[in-house]
Amino acid sequence: MDVAIIGAAMTDFGDRDGWIRELLAEAGRACLDDAPVGGEAVEHCYVANMASGELEGQTGVMNALAHDLDLLPAYAERVDQTSASGAAGVFEAYQSVASGASEMTLLVGGEKMTHRETAETADLVASVTHPVEYRHGVTLPAFGAMAARLYMAEYDAPRESLAEVAVKNHHNATHNPYAQFQTEIDVETVLDSPMVNDPLRLYDYCPVSDGSAALLFCPVEEARKYTDEYVRVAGVAGATDTHVVHERPDPLAMEAVAESGEQAFEMAGWEPADIDVAELHDMVSVLEPLQLEALGFSERGQGWQAAVEGRTALDGSLPVNPSGGLKARGHPLGATGVAQVAELYWQLLGDAGSRQVTADRGLACNVGGFGNCVITSLLEVAG
Amino acid sequence: MSAGERSDARDSDRDLLAHRCPEGHLAYPGHTVCSECGEEQSETVDLSGRTAEVLTWTESVASPSGVRAPNTLAIVEFTVDGSSVRALGQTTEPVAIGETVEPVPVEQLRDPEESLRSVASQSWDGYRFAPV
Ligand SMILES: [Zn+2]
Repeated sequence: MDVAIIGAAMTDFGDRDGWIRELLAEAGRACLDDAPVGGEAVEHCYVANMASGELEGQTGVMNALAHDLDLLPAYAERVDQTSASGAAGVFEAYQSVASGASEMTLLVGGEKMTHRETAETADLVASVTHPVEYRHGVTLPAFGAMAARLYMAEYDAPRESLAEVAVKNHHNATHNPYAQFQTEIDVETVLDSPMVNDPLRLYDYCPVSDGSAALLFCPVEEARKYTDEYVRVAGVAGATDTHVVHERPDPLAMEAVAESGEQAFEMAGWEPADIDVAELHDMVSVLEPLQLEALGFSERGQGWQAAVEGRTALDGSLPVNPSGGLKARGHPLGATGVAQVAELYWQLLGDAGSRQVTADRGLACNVGGFGNCVITSLLEVAG
Repeated sequence: MSAGERSDARDSDRDLLAHRCPEGHLAYPGHTVCSECGEEQSETVDLSGRTAEVLTWTESVASPSGVRAPNTLAIVEFTVDGSSVRALGQTTEPVAIGETVEPVPVEQLRDPEESLRSVASQSWDGYRFAPV
């Protein structure tokens, strides 16, 4: 069964006053207001969230949301796939409709993080690691720095080329009213910012964020009854890489990105050249070129050239992260994968305001762990 | 491998033991079965007396709870009978890609009392890598 998305919404990302229940309800309600149907039509309600219990001491957030939005007796379920929880929610929501189990599925992703000390959130996110990694105090941002050092050494990628990713994504976010950072930066801003994980600096990394995003899924035939304004999920697939990062034969290959991308392309009958716009998981700058390479948009070792040459800019041949990406839109863990697809929804329907690009087909790639788990989604505008 | 030996997995992790299956595939740490062929990992190889080469490294100042700051970390590569096996670990000081290092024992790599993970669930001692 073909699956459509008929509504999308997100909250402002950043340092928010609301707690997890309030953030989820804000995005969920806005999504239902945006869609041509009301909450009474919702049969399944998924909440993408990594750690509301650990971060806030609030568990069972999916049932709370179903009640707060008056969705009862809709079935509710929480989806945790670490930093890729949002896209795992997209996968679950897709499956619920494609299987016929639900005719109308609301997906809300969210995280509330900024109330905790930075060292505590770093520890929580790093708790995905194996004991032999965890006891050394490694973090996902530290893995990013080790990948960046190796990438620059192996492929002669200039340090500035990684900074260019952050510069581009900050620029894009100046056009996104939901983004956490709506400020321009330049390469010097990145290279003069404090060293965090040598050789990477503060502006190579996404911030800690609060926020929520939501999508409404139904069969395409159902969507047609209500609206011409919908997008079709053409492909969605997930894959898993080694739990222990140093066990990967090629530490720069992002095998789960490649595998999930190939499966999603096969499902859609598309290839990388068919994609007009992409939202990638730039938790750290080097991840954007590594995903471009793993997904087949760039040759191995050449992904860094894309931002330098402007090919991934808003007016480039393949705009990447028009939303500002994790770097500047922000990265409330469970919200990110949902917000990526919401951005594609707006771009494909021509509702992206001053960051609008020309696009009929889009790709979103959401990464958990340091590439441990990845979901790639492909979307196409209706008609 | 017997259930009794498997229950000592935490100690073998601490001891910097690579695990080897009958096909000769090496892995650190050990897993329930070999990642390459699915066979049980029936042997161990002690890496602690060997040298390794730095594949990549970082010096991190954004340490999680219970971890020293700055924290220098490296992924290093050992060569055992012509096969390579890698390990992640703290280093004693900043290092360089390609530099030769050796494991030195450390009683406590991070403070378990300050860390999120349950103290009894894993070992907290091990090895740092030091330039030779
Ligand atoms: Zn084997």
